[in-house]
Amino acid sequence: MTAQSALGPTPEKTVTRLRIEQRMEQPTWLRYASPIILVGAALLVGALLLRLAGANPWFVYRQMFSIAFGSAYGWSDTTIKAVPLIVIGLGVALALRMRLFNVGAEGQFFIGAFMATGVALYILPTNAPAWLMLLAMGLGGFIGGAFWGFIPGILKARLNVNEIITTLMLTYVAVLWNNYWVYGPWSERGFGMTSTFPDNAWMPRFTDYAEQIPALRGMTAHFGIFVAIVLAIVMWILLRSSKWGFEISVIGDNNRAARYAGINLSRNIILVMMISGGFAGLAGMIEVAGVVHRLQERFSPGYGFTAIIIAWLAKLNPLAIIPVAYLFGGLLVGGDAIQPAGVAAMLQGVILFVVVGGEMLLTYRVRLEKVAVAA
Amino acid sequence: MTPAQSKHAHVATIAAGEPWRASDDAPPAVEMRGITKRFPGVIANNQVDFTVKRGEIHALLGENGAGKSTLMNVLAGLYKPSEGTIWIHGERVDFNSPRDAIAAGVGMVHQHFMLVPVQTVAENIFLGVRETPFVLDYKQMAADVRRIGTQYGMPVDPNAKIWQLSVGEQQRVEIIKILYHGAQVLILDEPTAVLTPQETLGLFATLRTMVAQGKTVIFISHKLDEVLSIADRITVLRAGGVAETVFARDVNKVQLASLMVGREVLFRLEKPERAPGEVRLALSAVEALDNKNLPALRKLTLKVHSCEIVGIAGVAGNGQRELAEVICGLRAISGGVIEVCGKTVTNAAPIVMINAGVAYVPEDRSTTGSAPNLSLAENTAIKSYRDEPVGKGMFVKRNTMRTIAGGLIDRFNISAPSTATPVRKLSGGNLQKVILAREISKRPRVLVAAYPTRGLDIGATEAVRKILLDERNDGAAILLISEDLDEIFAIADRIAVLYEGRVMGEFASADADRETIGLMMAGHAADTAHTSPARNPEAAS
Ligand SMILES: Nc1ncnc2c1ncn2[C@@H]1O[C@H](COP(=O)(O)OP(=O)(O)OP(=O)(O)O)[C@@H](O)[C@H]1O
Ligand SMILES: [Mg+2]
Repeated sequence: MTAQSALGPTPEKTVTRLRIEQRMEQPTWLRYASPIILVGAALLVGALLLRLAGANPWFVYRQMFSIAFGSAYGWSDTTIKAVPLIVIGLGVALALRMRLFNVGAEGQFFIGAFMATGVALYILPTNAPAWLMLLAMGLGGFIGGAFWGFIPGILKARLNVNEIITTLMLTYVAVLWNNYWVYGPWSERGFGMTSTFPDNAWMPRFTDYAEQIPALRGMTAHFGIFVAIVLAIVMWILLRSSKWGFEISVIGDNNRAARYAGINLSRNIILVMMISGGFAGLAGMIEVAGVVHRLQERFSPGYGFTAIIIAWLAKLNPLAIIPVAYLFGGLLVGGDAIQPAGVAAMLQGVILFVVVGGEMLLTYRVRLEKVAVAA
Repeated sequence: MTPAQSKHAHVATIAAGEPWRASDDAPPAVEMRGITKRFPGVIANNQVDFTVKRGEIHALLGENGAGKSTLMNVLAGLYKPSEGTIWIHGERVDFNSPRDAIAAGVGMVHQHFMLVPVQTVAENIFLGVRETPFVLDYKQMAADVRRIGTQYGMPVDPNAKIWQLSVGEQQRVEIIKILYHGAQVLILDEPTAVLTPQETLGLFATLRTMVAQGKTVIFISHKLDEVLSIADRITVLRAGGVAETVFARDVNKVQLASLMVGREVLFRLEKPERAPGEVRLALSAVEALDNKNLPALRKLTLKVHSCEIVGIAGVAGNGQRELAEVICGLRAISGGVIEVCGKTVTNAAPIVMINAGVAYVPEDRSTTGSAPNLSLAENTAIKSYRDEPVGKGMFVKRNTMRTIAGGLIDRFNISAPSTATPVRKLSGGNLQKVILAREISKRPRVLVAAYPTRGLDIGATEAVRKILLDERNDGAAILLISEDLDEIFAIADRIAVLYEGRVMGEFASADADRETIGLMMAGHAADTAHTSPARNPEAAS
C-alpha cells in the first residue's frame, strides 16, 4: 500500500470505484484507426438495439447494404444523398480546422436553396442557356450561404460572440424564412412548394444520357457529384499547400501564436465562416437543381447536421469526407427502404453517440480500482 | 471524518513532530532502477538509476534534452516507463496516472502551471482533492491553505484569484497544492527559471523548511550557482543516461559544467567595441495598459540604435511584457509614438512590425511563441511562409521549409528526432532554441528578446549570447529583456532600468555598477543613483 494510507489514523476498508483518467499517451495507430473502430462499435450497438426490437440485425444490415450499394441504382441513389453531405461536410470541416463550430450548416443550406430558386424562377429568363442558369444559381446559392455564415463570423471576429449559438439560431431563422416564401409569395396554389424549375435550371443527370449510353437509364444521380469531388480535391490541395491553408493550421493550433506571427485572425474567421456557409449554400443549390427541382418546405433530412458527424469522423480531411459521406448516404438510402422504419435515424443517432462517447474513451480510460476509504 | 480533514490531520502531525534528519539506514525516498523511456524515434531515458534519500534536496542537472523532465514525469506518474522499477519509501510502485503518484506521496510542479485563472487560490487547491466531499467547507479550505502557507513560509491569500497573482505566487499555490494532497516527495521542474532573485531566495528557504520536516525535494535547474548553494546531492544526466551523482560540497561550477557537457566549458564571451549607428527603434512617452486594464507603461521613452544591445533590467511585472508587446504590435498603446527605422508605426498591426524588420522572442514560448501540435519545420516558418523561398505565389513549398528547418537544427544545435516532430514533444530548452532560430535567422533590423536564455543549458546559453552579439556586430538593434543581471552586464551596451512602467535610469554598461542598478530596480529614485550618465550614442557615432 501507499505511504498515504499508512498515515491514515482511522481503520479503512476498500471499495471498488469507477475512475476516468486521461490516457498518458495515445498510440498513433489508434488515431487513424479510431473512425473505423467507432463506426464498427456503432453498428454493434445498433445491432443490439435491433435485436431488442425483435429484428434480425444481420438481416437488416445486409438488406440495407444491398439496397444502398448492391446495384448501380443503389449507388446512384446513395450518390444523390452523398453529394450534399460531402459539400456541406467540406465547409464544416474547414471551419472546424480553425476550431470554429459551424453547427448552422442546415440553415445555410436552406438559404442557398432559396437564393438558387430565386435566380431560377424570378431573375433569369426561362430561355437562358443552361450553363449560365446553373452558374448563376450556384453563385446565388453560395452567396446566400456565405451571407448566413458572415453574420456569425463577424460577430465572432469583432465581438467574440459564440458561433455555436449564432449559427444554430440562424438555422431557425432560415427555415422560417424558407417557409414564408414557399407558403407565401412563391407558393404554388398554397402548397408548401414553388412551381417546378424550367428545364435549363435542372442539373444534368446520368439518366439524361441514356440515349447515348443505355446503361445509364434510370440513374437519377446528377452531376453534382463531380462538383463535390472537385471541391474536395481543391480544398485538400489548398489546405495542404497554400499559404492560406498554412495560416489556418496555425490559427487552429494556437491563435495567439498566429496573431504573434502576423496572421490576421479576424479576417480569417470571417472568411472561413463565409466559405463554410457558402459551401452549405452551394449544396442547397445543388439539391434543388439536381434532385427536388423546386423549393419546398422540407427537403433536407438534416443534411446540415449529419455533415458535422461526417466532418468529425473524417478527421477534417477533405478527401476522407467522400467515403464517409457515402457511408452515411448509404445509411439513409438503405434505411428508407427497410422495415422497421426509422432504422436509419436510429443508427445515425447511435453513431453520433458512439462517436462522441468513443472519442472520449480513446483519449480517456475508464478503470475499475479499489480505493481505501475512511470507515 | 471527510478525507480532506483526515489529510489535514496528517499534515499537522508532521508539523508537530521533531525536525527530521536524513539518515542512511532508512529506505530511500525514491529509488528508480533501470528506467528506460522510449518515444517514437527517441530514447529519452536509458537505463537510469536514480536514488534520493529521505530529507535531502537533490538537484537534477543536464543539457537540454538530456531527459530530466521525462525522468521526473515518469516518477510523477505522467508517463509509464518502458522499462525499470520504482520504489517510493521502500514500497514498490507502478503508477498509471499522476493521481496514483500523488496517492503514494509524489507530487510535481511543472514548468507550466496548471491553475484555473478565474478561480481563487483555495478553489484551485481543492480542485484536485481525490474524493471531493459534496459540500465544500470554504472557510475550512481557506484556513487549511493559510496554515500550510505559513508552515512553510509561503504566505498566500486563499481568497485571491489566480490571475491576480504574480508568477512566483502562482508557483507557491502549486506547491501548496501538492503539499495539501499529501506529497512527501516534491518534484520541481525548473522552478527558478521564472522567479526573480528575491523570489528564488524565498523558495529556497521554503525548500529547506520542507526537508527539515522530513520531506524530500528533487529539483531541476540550469543555474549552477543555485544548484551548488541549495542541493545536498546532484545527479547529472547526459544524453538520457546518468553521468554521475555527486555531493554538492565536493564539486565546483566548472566540474559540473564539464560533467554535463562531457568536455570543458568556457565561461567567457568576446564583446568587441562597436559604435552605435542610426536609431532603429524609438519609443517616446509611450503609455499602455496591462491585461487588467491598469497602467503598465507610463510615458516610457527609449531608443535603441543599430549595433547596440540595450538591456532592460528590472523585476518582472514592471512593464517588461507590455513593452515587448507594444513594440511588436501585439498591444495597443494609449499614448505616445513608436518609430522603427525612422517610420512611425504607432499602433500598427503585428504584420506591419514584422515587415518593418522587427523580430520578437516572446517570454512564453509555448503559449505565444509556437504552435505546439505543428511540426518543427512548420514552426520555423510561421513568419517566413509569406516570402521566398518558402512561400511562392499562393503556395508554400514544404520541401524548402523542411530543408531550411534542417539547417537551423544544425546551426542552433537543436536536438529533435526530425523536422516533422510536433514541437510539443521537444524539451523546454530545445523549443526555446527553435523560437530563437526562427527569429534570428530572419536577420532582423530590430530584435526584441525577452528572457532569451531562459531554460537553456549553459552551453546553449553561451551560444545564444554569442549569436546576439554577432547580430549586434552586424548592425541589429537589440532590446534584451532579462532578469539576469549577469547576462545584461555580459552582452548589453546600455542598460535601462525599468520600474513601474518607467525608465528609471540609463547607463552605459561599462560604467554601470550593480548596486545602483539593484537599488533602482527596487524603485529607489534617481537622485541617489544618478551618478553615471549614459553614454550618448548620437555623439559617439
Ligand atoms: N512526449 C514526447 N514524445 C516524443 N519525444 C519526447 C517527448 N517528451 C520528450 N521527448 C524527447 O525526449 C528527450 C528528452 O526530453 P526532456 O524534456 O526530458 O529533456 P530535458 O532534460 O527536460 O531538457 P530541457 O532542459 O530542455 O527541459 C528530448 O529529445 C525530447 O525531444
Ligand atoms: Mg525539461
